[in-house]
Amino acid sequence: MQQPLSSGHGASLPNSSTAPGRHQQVPSKAPLRSTAGHCDFITYQNSYQVPVQNIIRPVCPTSLDNTQGSGQTYSTLSMDSSLIAPRGPNMITATPVQSFVDTSQQASYITEHYPSQVPYIVPSQSTTQVLSTHSASINHAYPGFSYQPTSVFNTQHNAPLNLQNLHFATSQPLFNAMSCQTKILPKSEQEHPPASFQPYHAGNTGTSWQPLARTSVKKPAGFTTKPVALSSTARSDMSAGFPFSMPHQIKPSYSPSMTNVAKPPVSVAPLAQWLPPSTERLTSATASPASASKVQDGMQCRSVSNNQVNSAPSPLSSTSDDEDETGVDSSSSSSSSTNASLPNNYDSLEGGSNQDLSSSVTEARAPFDPSSLMTTKQSGDVHPNLQPVYLKPSSKVNHLSSSMKGLFFQNKQQAEARKQINLLQERNILPPVPIQCPQSNLSPELRNLNCSPDLFRCTLMNVPQTQALLNKVKLPFGLLLHPFRDLTHLPVITSSTIVRCQSCRTYINPFVSFFDQRRWKCNLCYRVNDVPEEFMYNPLTHSYGEPHKRPEVQTATVEFIASSDYMLRPPQPAVYLFVFDVSHNAMESGYLNICCQSLLENVDKLPGDSRTKIGFITFDNTLHFFNLQEGLSQPQMLIVSEIEDIFIPTPDSLMVNLHESKELVKDLLKMLPAMFTGTRETNSALGPALQAAFKLMSTTGGRISVFQTQRPSIGVGQLFSREDPKQQSTIKGLQHLGPATDFYKKFALDCSSQQVAVDLFLLSGQYCDLASLACMSKYSAGSVFYYPSFHHIHNPTQVEKFQKDLKRYLIRKIGFEAVLRIRCTKGLSIHTFHGNFFVRSTDLLSLANINPDSGFAVQISIEESLSESSVVCFQAALLYTSSKGERRIRVHTLSLPVVNSVAAVYTGADVQAITCLLATMAVDRSISSSLSDARDALVNAVVDSLSAYRSTISNLQKSVLVAPNSLRLFALYILALLKQEAFGTGLSIRLDERVFSMCEMKTRPFVHLILMIHPHLYRIDHLSDEGSITVGDKTIPQPPIIQLSAENLSQDGAFLMDCFSVMYLWIGKNCTNSFSNEVLGFSNWDSVPQNLDRLPELNTLLSRRVTSFVSWLQDSRPFLSILRVVKDDAPFKANFFQRFVEDRAEFALSYYEFLLHIQQHISK
Amino acid sequence: MAFTFAAFCYMLALLLTAALIFFAIWHIIAFDELKTDYKNPIDQCNTLNPLVLPEYLIHAFFCVMFLCASEWLTLGLNMPLLGYHIWSSPQIFLGVLIVSVSRYMTRPVMSVPGLYDPTTIMNADILAYCQKEGWCKLAFYLLSFFYYLYGMIYVLVSS
Repeated sequence: MQQPLSSGHGASLPNSSTAPGRHQQVPSKAPLRSTAGHCDFITYQNSYQVPVQNIIRPVCPTSLDNTQGSGQTYSTLSMDSSLIAPRGPNMITATPVQSFVDTSQQASYITEHYPSQVPYIVPSQSTTQVLSTHSASINHAYPGFSYQPTSVFNTQHNAPLNLQNLHFATSQPLFNAMSCQTKILPKSEQEHPPASFQPYHAGNTGTSWQPLARTSVKKPAGFTTKPVALSSTARSDMSAGFPFSMPHQIKPSYSPSMTNVAKPPVSVAPLAQWLPPSTERLTSATASPASASKVQDGMQCRSVSNNQVNSAPSPLSSTSDDEDETGVDSSSSSSSSTNASLPNNYDSLEGGSNQDLSSSVTEARAPFDPSSLMTTKQSGDVHPNLQPVYLKPSSKVNHLSSSMKGLFFQNKQQAEARKQINLLQERNILPPVPIQCPQSNLSPELRNLNCSPDLFRCTLMNVPQTQALLNKVKLPFGLLLHPFRDLTHLPVITSSTIVRCQSCRTYINPFVSFFDQRRWKCNLCYRVNDVPEEFMYNPLTHSYGEPHKRPEVQTATVEFIASSDYMLRPPQPAVYLFVFDVSHNAMESGYLNICCQSLLENVDKLPGDSRTKIGFITFDNTLHFFNLQEGLSQPQMLIVSEIEDIFIPTPDSLMVNLHESKELVKDLLKMLPAMFTGTRETNSALGPALQAAFKLMSTTGGRISVFQTQRPSIGVGQLFSREDPKQQSTIKGLQHLGPATDFYKKFALDCSSQQVAVDLFLLSGQYCDLASLACMSKYSAGSVFYYPSFHHIHNPTQVEKFQKDLKRYLIRKIGFEAVLRIRCTKGLSIHTFHGNFFVRSTDLLSLANINPDSGFAVQISIEESLSESSVVCFQAALLYTSSKGERRIRVHTLSLPVVNSVAAVYTGADVQAITCLLATMAVDRSISSSLSDARDALVNAVVDSLSAYRSTISNLQKSVLVAPNSLRLFALYILALLKQEAFGTGLSIRLDERVFSMCEMKTRPFVHLILMIHPHLYRIDHLSDEGSITVGDKTIPQPPIIQLSAENLSQDGAFLMDCFSVMYLWIGKNCTNSFSNEVLGFSNWDSVPQNLDRLPELNTLLSRRVTSFVSWLQDSRPFLSILRVVKDDAPFKANFFQRFVEDRAEFALSYYEFLLHIQQHISK
Repeated sequence: MAFTFAAFCYMLALLLTAALIFFAIWHIIAFDELKTDYKNPIDQCNTLNPLVLPEYLIHAFFCVMFLCASEWLTLGLNMPLLGYHIWSSPQIFLGVLIVSVSRYMTRPVMSVPGLYDPTTIMNADILAYCQKEGWCKLAFYLLSFFYYLYGMIYVLVSS
């Protein structure tokens, strides 16, 4: 493990060599690089042990447009020791080797310089350096800094309070955590590193550095004791060739396996953050699943702190997703801890959580009977062949003790999970904290490695062995995916060869097993593959022969920078085309003004590089193109009135480079709204406009954003009114959920094959036949936004929503020319896909664009018995071109145990996932069959599964309606689903709204969808800090979730209902004036206005709590929710009360009635 | 031994059935490629859809010929397939096969003749169904090929 001196010296090599690497790319930088503080560089290299071939690419969220300039500052800074010095010795200044390394070139260059051939670049935070000749954007990262709460959409936000201190990763808490950590660490190891351990810091000028700077400033405080000494040791270490720091760094970060399986904290930090470590989760077994997530947060911080305490910038692990411009992504913890500190670290962690949970531990003893032991044992052995790899004899004792603890918890949890619930008698069925994904039977170490349940989730966490067993439990089996979610921690790997199985092309993942270090066995097809020479080398540790410590096999979600093998053509630039409806109707609604305003504000933030192109088309009964060619003094409008046979007037100058023609674009956006005011043209030639748009885009691919306000009335794609108000009342008569014409579908397929996605914004007062129009997005992987009765004056709430959505839409990440392939273990096959895409092959989705807000669902069928294996795996690989023109592959892997008993399958049923999957299936059925069929199917899903469960239990009374604990909310969720606009029976649901609701069900990521289906209700008039969590320096109160029944409302309280896209604030009549006074800023209830769209920030305790809670909720979602105040006389009252799914509604049953209904069906 | 209209029908049917056998083989290969290979469903549907109506028409044509030739048994044997083409068809959703109105009339909304919609064809149920359909048709056409051969000889010999 020890790094020979030579490698230390070798450090200089990488410098020089990185530089050339970069030079190849950006020649202009060469001199900079080489001249800039060469010795400093070497020193850093030593101290940080940046592996020779390892190039760290710091990323900074702000992208600098000017390559040259930024490169310059960057490199100089990074070398500048004076900059670093003030931060104290314990700051690690990792050499931010900004690598402009093009993968392809890199490979060659590495072979030249390094015989060992391990070109390995792990940018500490994702990042992309695109090095196409003109792309000049540079990303920087502050790698050491861990995690900004705001940018994260994570379950953590749902985490309820707990007593334990949770350190969300702001500097402050981090710091604390860190200092504690240091105290605990007994050993010498903890010493060396302050210098090296600090998150390495790329000396960066950008604003983005602020947070980092803050952290670093604070750190010394905690460490005051011996920074100087430390630094000196560190230095000496370095000069001596750093015998320890380096190996230590390495080990911990990539080898959870070393110490023990059961110890989550060891695992890589980003992972830790996502994955609720099983043991910890177990601790919370009693009933608060949410506490797990807290623990997890805490843990994350700990690992961060480790990182700081220990050495090594460990660029590999610290990452965030994104090349991001937004700056939200912050950075991440890196995961290193030293060898020696591991156990300690773990103990402290474990101890901490144990204390919290000691009560539950004691309780847990009871179920510790032989039978439960057996079950645990079984689960522990699930993956025997992995054991050798992940379990090593070292620290056996620790492991044993921890696994004993694990056993307690697991037993406890299993007992809990096996519990039966009598639905009819259980009145308070809803837990006060958000529901977490159930635990699989997988051994904890594998479970910890698994992909985050927010990204990748299976409806049955314990996979039935055969199709027969699956049929017996009567639950849908499928996956829910959110592959392109915004992540804060994402290991990005650049390697010249991406290791994949030879036969099934699976990417290497944490669940493969290694034989004699030279071969690995694919976990999907079981083929034994050779480990490539290059993979044997771990660039982080400089060690050879430990392939299982590479980051690819340490985390279940990784991103690879793909080589040119993964390109069919050179990566496309970001191309955006906006198509505006400017007919009379459109101008009346006033959307264009808002839209242009928003575009104007965000035009600089559109994701892209220097090649970004933009174009505009407007249409009424004619088409208007805009010539924005650079050099014109003002935009030219070209009118084409021939709509039968569309042609493009000046093909070259309509799609222009955004940067070259920015002024013209801005001019146009300013002029556009005024240009068409007062138009009398009422027809809308959407079809021809789309055809023209397609012609403009077909050579490049990209995104078409269509803004439409009425039914297309002339030209191809013309639609007719199909809405019949009389039919709405009867479910049976409800038709026209499917498209009226295949024009839009064919158009979408054409677009899809040319890598063009179409996003539709429908802002309309009347019926527009969304069912037909939506096809253009459905098959081209676009998204649909719908704003019924949009009017800029009469409907301010829709305007606000439109503005907020549009902003997010414009600046959110985007991936082009993407494909998503889902592989599963032999024996399983994919049955159906749900979402917006084109199915290209049995396991391949073609996605012209991918955005972070789209989710997918997949139904799986079991073709062969899975008895050969104890574990099945699913791997979703998303290959896309980032907006910076870089080809990337994001890989998520999920591993689940196979079980052969009905009870175990029920235990692992994930009721939220099941509900979401059923919703998408029901949408399909209502389109292909009828709405009433779909409703019946939903009810039958509950009836069948509950009666199947019932049949597994002997001696039950006939009248008892039992459900397994995991499915206790099933009936409630299905009832909520039946009351959704998509499937509801109310008279007031208009056809377009219904269709839109169906589109949402198909495309929303499940985390959002479940909240839309079943909103959360909180009482907020007496928020207390009890159980609150801490995010940054803010304390977020965590009020319990109340059941959705109006009986829980009281006139003297204030309630917040979170429906994902809308939040209703209901204020009771007798609510104390202090609430309206302190929180809303109005003297009493009567004076509270009806349209209060945001909460004022007042200087009172309650106001702070409420606003921090509300903004915390807002931060957890990509699209901001609208806040609506509901008073007794408010217009939204009906909408609000409609969400009380447990209550009886006009045409719908109450929860209790629904249960009785189910019971009748079952006992039949 | 005389060359009757019935004999002519059988000879014609023989030739046409040979053509239909090729259609069926093409169909099977196409779906097999879809399932295993990476053929683009759009292209595949574009090649398959134009064949659907000709196949139906050819089959209907010699059914009519048999009707004219008063070959009731042969016609009777062909009726199920004819009926299937016109009336019974699968509508597939959620793994449930619901037999409903007509195979052709309930096809997806399309502006070109044909049955196969590239957006739904990759659904495991539809794919499996289409494959099975291909094999059944191939078997049927093969058997009927030999039957027509036999019928032709029989008619030629007996008359």
